Amino acid sequence: MKEAAIPDALEGESFAVEAREGWLSWVASVDHKQVGIMYLLGAFFFFIVGGILALLMRVQLAVPDNRFVTPEIYNQLFTMHGTTMVFLVLVPLLIGFSTYLVPLMIGARDMAFPRLNALSFWVQIFGGVMLYFSFATGGVNGGAPAAGWFSYAPLSEKAFSFSRGVDYWALGLLAIGVGTLGAAINIVATAICLRAPGMTIRRLPLFVWMTLVNAWLIVLVMPILNAALVMLLIDRQLNAYFFRPAMGGSALLWQHVFWAFGHPEVYIMILPAFGIISEVVPVFSGKPIYGYEFVAASTVAIAFLSLAVWAHHMFAVGLGHTFDMFFAVCSMAIAVPTGVKIFNWTATMYQGRLRFTTSMMFALGFLLMFTIGGLSGVAFAVVPVDWQMTDSYFVVAHIHYVLFGGTVFALFSGVYYWFPKISGRMLSEYLGKWHFWLTMVGFNLTFMIQHVLGMLGMPRRVFTYPALPGWEAMNLLSTVGAFLLAFSVLIFMINLAISLRTGEAAGDNPWDAWTLEWATTSPPAAENFPLGVPPVHGRRPLWDLAHPDRTDEMLMKLAG
Amino acid sequence: MPDKNKLGVGLFILSEANFFLILLVAYVYFHLQPGQGPSAANSLHPLRMLAFSLCLFLSSATVYLAGRSFKRGRGNVWLWLALTVVLGALFLFGQSREYVGLFAHGVTVSSNLFGTTFFTLTGFHGLHVLVGLCALATLLGVALTGRLGCIKPAGFEAISMYWHFVDAVWVVIFAVVYLWPLIARMTA
Repeated sequence: MKEAAIPDALEGESFAVEAREGWLSWVASVDHKQVGIMYLLGAFFFFIVGGILALLMRVQLAVPDNRFVTPEIYNQLFTMHGTTMVFLVLVPLLIGFSTYLVPLMIGARDMAFPRLNALSFWVQIFGGVMLYFSFATGGVNGGAPAAGWFSYAPLSEKAFSFSRGVDYWALGLLAIGVGTLGAAINIVATAICLRAPGMTIRRLPLFVWMTLVNAWLIVLVMPILNAALVMLLIDRQLNAYFFRPAMGGSALLWQHVFWAFGHPEVYIMILPAFGIISEVVPVFSGKPIYGYEFVAASTVAIAFLSLAVWAHHMFAVGLGHTFDMFFAVCSMAIAVPTGVKIFNWTATMYQGRLRFTTSMMFALGFLLMFTIGGLSGVAFAVVPVDWQMTDSYFVVAHIHYVLFGGTVFALFSGVYYWFPKISGRMLSEYLGKWHFWLTMVGFNLTFMIQHVLGMLGMPRRVFTYPALPGWEAMNLLSTVGAFLLAFSVLIFMINLAISLRTGEAAGDNPWDAWTLEWATTSPPAAENFPLGVPPVHGRRPLWDLAHPDRTDEMLMKLAG
Repeated sequence: MPDKNKLGVGLFILSEANFFLILLVAYVYFHLQPGQGPSAANSLHPLRMLAFSLCLFLSSATVYLAGRSFKRGRGNVWLWLALTVVLGALFLFGQSREYVGLFAHGVTVSSNLFGTTFFTLTGFHGLHVLVGLCALATLLGVALTGRLGCIKPAGFEAISMYWHFVDAVWVVIFAVVYLWPLIARMTA
């Protein structure tokens, strides 16, 4: 690190931003802010697409014995919905926030490898396009993948999925995996090598902490998925035998390898969301985070534990008592560091001066919804419960409480919090509150009831069901909820569109927040901090700057 | 603070190591339950491959010497680089001979699980050797045209780190694929 405040991330490289205009200034950009915004917009586009797939499914399930779509199409719908939401929406949205925010939060000029940053984004988009191209393939071998988002073998093998869909699925995910891996390497190198003077690892904003741990996790597990995909492709394209039991291969091997990636992936989809909550809750409570060290350390604990819980997806296989016990205990243990975080956030709010902005409302919604999802998750760690509930709508409800009630709520909270920084304008609080309450009602209407459906025995991934007592009404309610949820997203889009044009000017620091991104203009200048990075002497540099008489350092000394 | 280039390549290597770990697990998993037909014990040529493997191991030393000369600003960097490229190419030649021999006996990726796992594991390693050779050949070209001054030390070191990694992976693969059946036969 040089003595200059701005690290030399782009030493010797010319800035594409200043040289070009119009759309080319985006397509050819290597600026982390532009790439970050493109990540967010690209993922939001896929969020709409994935949402439409979900609505089609809910229309099909609205009434019993429906023939709105064929079973074949229905299989493609749920496969593409799951794959899209996991790989093209949640992970890229979180990476988009990381790409935009990490350099700003640590006082850097850009990411460690700006070109790799742009490459990661475009490779990921290319993977998405490849995945969706499968819909356009016609003929007897045409159609999208239909083997579910985890493509269990041997169903995903040629003998049972002879359409090219699974090949597109594997190739698309390979490209997306490479892009995600590149982004993760970049984030680790940025957060470790480009911190401004004074920004020690113990002073990192918690969002950066979680993003950093998350990126390590991606580096460790993304290649596991890539290896699995490669083996599947070799099976399908070169007639090999990895996952073909009839030829001596092992279907179980696919399950092990996929979930060895798949379960850490679940945490990859939630850790940066925890980071967003850890930034939003303290600011709108008017208090520093309670137990900074515990929030950071519990993240590391989650990351390690997440590597040793994958087989809880496979209890129904019958792996044996000892095996089941090990994974059940690990799965329950992972609830501890997660619970620690919930207590940290709650304690941060305790006796704080709460400001109920839309961002804070979504953070509170996150706390409630994620806790419900967490509780149904711990229930699944109990092996007999899993045997009873597996592959039912209870699983569908659980995953949506964690990933929608958790991650998506946190993402909305983050959008309302950082939109002023990104665009220079405030989002409408009026429309924001409508958005929040409609999301809350729509979400719970859609998914709470699916817990009951699951307990009554409705299996997931069936394209229709008979008119059993109660099923009819509950499914219809769930569909109504889904449309309410879609309507809330529409309001969010209207809010975005209106606020971008006529929203109130934000100013540098509209929320009286403390982290470095609020020290620069909104939107930030091309070089991020043209006037230099403010001095960093603690975890809340802008607080220290505004209150030189009672900085965090002094308070720490007073507290002993 | 660590150099960002070295850290970046280090992370890349870490992820690659996990990639090979999974392919290796698949190989071992099926090796433990052998079926009919060709196997590591009856189809491979451990002694011949040992000779070619030594070439690859030796190239780790030559690339280290190239890096040392580069750091000290000596003129013989190109010589060590050229030697590394030749040794790496020799290894690839050896692997090709093994493949051609197997093909001649009808052993392919779709003959049985040994074929499937063997070709996948060693094939991906060979691909990595090829990528490393391309990087080294680029460096060699730069050295031969006398423009080594433009190369950052961290860039040189990154390529060298990658090459050491490719060698280290082969140590494990060679031990598991070639030596294991030999040792098993000797102890049986």
